[in-house]
Amino acid sequence: MNRFIPRALMAPAVISLFLWMIVPLVMTIYFSLIRYNLMQPDQTGFIGLENFEYFMTDPSFGTAVMNTLLLLGSVILITVVLGTLIALLIDDPFPGRGLVRILLISPFFVMPTVNALLWKHMMMNPIYGVLAQVWIFFGGTPVDWLTDHPLFSVIVIVSWQWLPFATLIFITSLQSMNREQLEASRMDGANYLQQLRYLYLPHLARSVAIVVMIEMIFLLSVFAEIYTTTGGGPGDASTNVAFLIFKQALLNFDAGVASAGALFAVVLANIAAVFLIRMVGKNLDK
Amino acid sequence: MTQRKTFSWLFWLRTLTAWGVTFLLFFPLGWLVLTAFKTELQAISVPPLVFFTPTLENFEIVQERSDYMLYATNSLITSVASTILGLMLAFPAAYAMAFFKGKYTKDILMWMLSTKMMPAVGALVPVYVMAQTSGLLDTRTGLVIVFTLSNLPIMVWMLYSYLKEIPAEILEASRMDGAGLWQEFRYVLLPLTMGGLASTGLLTLVLSWNEAFWSLNLSAAKAGTLATLIASYSSPEGLFWAKLSAASFMAIAPIVVFGWFSQKQLVQGLTFGAVK
Repeated sequence: MNRFIPRALMAPAVISLFLWMIVPLVMTIYFSLIRYNLMQPDQTGFIGLENFEYFMTDPSFGTAVMNTLLLLGSVILITVVLGTLIALLIDDPFPGRGLVRILLISPFFVMPTVNALLWKHMMMNPIYGVLAQVWIFFGGTPVDWLTDHPLFSVIVIVSWQWLPFATLIFITSLQSMNREQLEASRMDGANYLQQLRYLYLPHLARSVAIVVMIEMIFLLSVFAEIYTTTGGGPGDASTNVAFLIFKQALLNFDAGVASAGALFAVVLANIAAVFLIRMVGKNLDK
Repeated sequence: MTQRKTFSWLFWLRTLTAWGVTFLLFFPLGWLVLTAFKTELQAISVPPLVFFTPTLENFEIVQERSDYMLYATNSLITSVASTILGLMLAFPAAYAMAFFKGKYTKDILMWMLSTKMMPAVGALVPVYVMAQTSGLLDTRTGLVIVFTLSNLPIMVWMLYSYLKEIPAEILEASRMDGAGLWQEFRYVLLPLTMGGLASTGLLTLVLSWNEAFWSLNLSAAKAGTLATLIASYSSPEGLFWAKLSAASFMAIAPIVVFGWFSQKQLVQGLTFGAVK
């Protein structure tokens, strides 16, 4: 077979993806260098790096970057740790294991908007929410989660959605454990903690890498959960970079500043990508 | 004998813990389903009601007020169409990469994945402007194009990881026997990769159905998907939890049930075949 056919087969996907990337990128670069406010169409012209200066010196900017990293880090940590524990817990057969598995993975299929509204109203509402009722039942004062601990609330909501994903992958990975090896280690007198340390956890390492990678792809740009619950607030307390750009673009109608922000987000994403590619690149060679 | 006893004691402790954890994690979702069948008054009763006479009135009201079927149809059409379109684009590419590995194959794969890392919001303004000028704003076609492109990298990756497991000799043998490209695909490749195609398709379907960012920003009353319908219930005008729950229930039930049946396929695909 000649070299033409494989290229022709790849072309549609590669070209469409390339356009999907390059056209918005070029337009974004262009927008970021001009004055472009949708509410002031008469003001135009090249303004150099002013938009970048505005976006980066905006006091919300530092907060947004911190929030993005905090959200990403916390959710990954929570889902990996709890996911591992749950996967280990239900690794051995017990009555109703099939049902438990199905119930556990369900939140992953729930769309982010539903997930967010469900938590906002029925769980975290300070008066009628289930959590408030539980607090009262134990004699505590109900907490207004979304107002007093906005970022924490978003972390809880997003973690709840991604925990099933991590759990499911760890369960699948554990099923391919070498049972004979486990049996042999038990014969040799290894206790559960030793098995955990030397057999289970090393076996899980690769799937942890995959969970971290996939979650990073999706969590760098958490949007719907913030949009429907806190709206980034109060103030900027739960605004991440993605939401800050959205605020500039559609709430302040400043496409120029939003574009400058978008370019920054691209840089942030690429830093993460380089980090990831090193990790996945190793897996790819196997 | 004593050892046997501790074992069963531990076993039941473990079972109970597992069920306890499951109850806690599933609780919010279960509560949503319960609330969907309550009256508005029951939905915000203090203390919360667990036992009540279920009612279907919320479902009727939601359908009347916001035309559930329109949004559901939009969701179904956009997710199915983008899945099919995506598979048509991704499969040939993945095939070429898996069987005609060139110098740059790995780089192209990595580049594709890196486009997925960029936050969608980075492209929001240009895509919005393009959609507006081309008249694709608030159309199903527009959403299908955007969904397809944003899922394409993951689809290529998944299919690639399946295809590269197939020994090239099988394909060569079929070529020796005089099979053309189409016959090779139809009689050799397709049967071997059905599993991979299925799990890639399933995942894309779930991702598109639940996609919220683009549908919130690019669609409204005409092409809006279920995700936008639900977001419209987030307005703070009073507490309509029962109706919100009913609408949510209708929005997630199809895909959650679908997910239950396809979970095994899904997880294989999601891990790029790296977890066996």
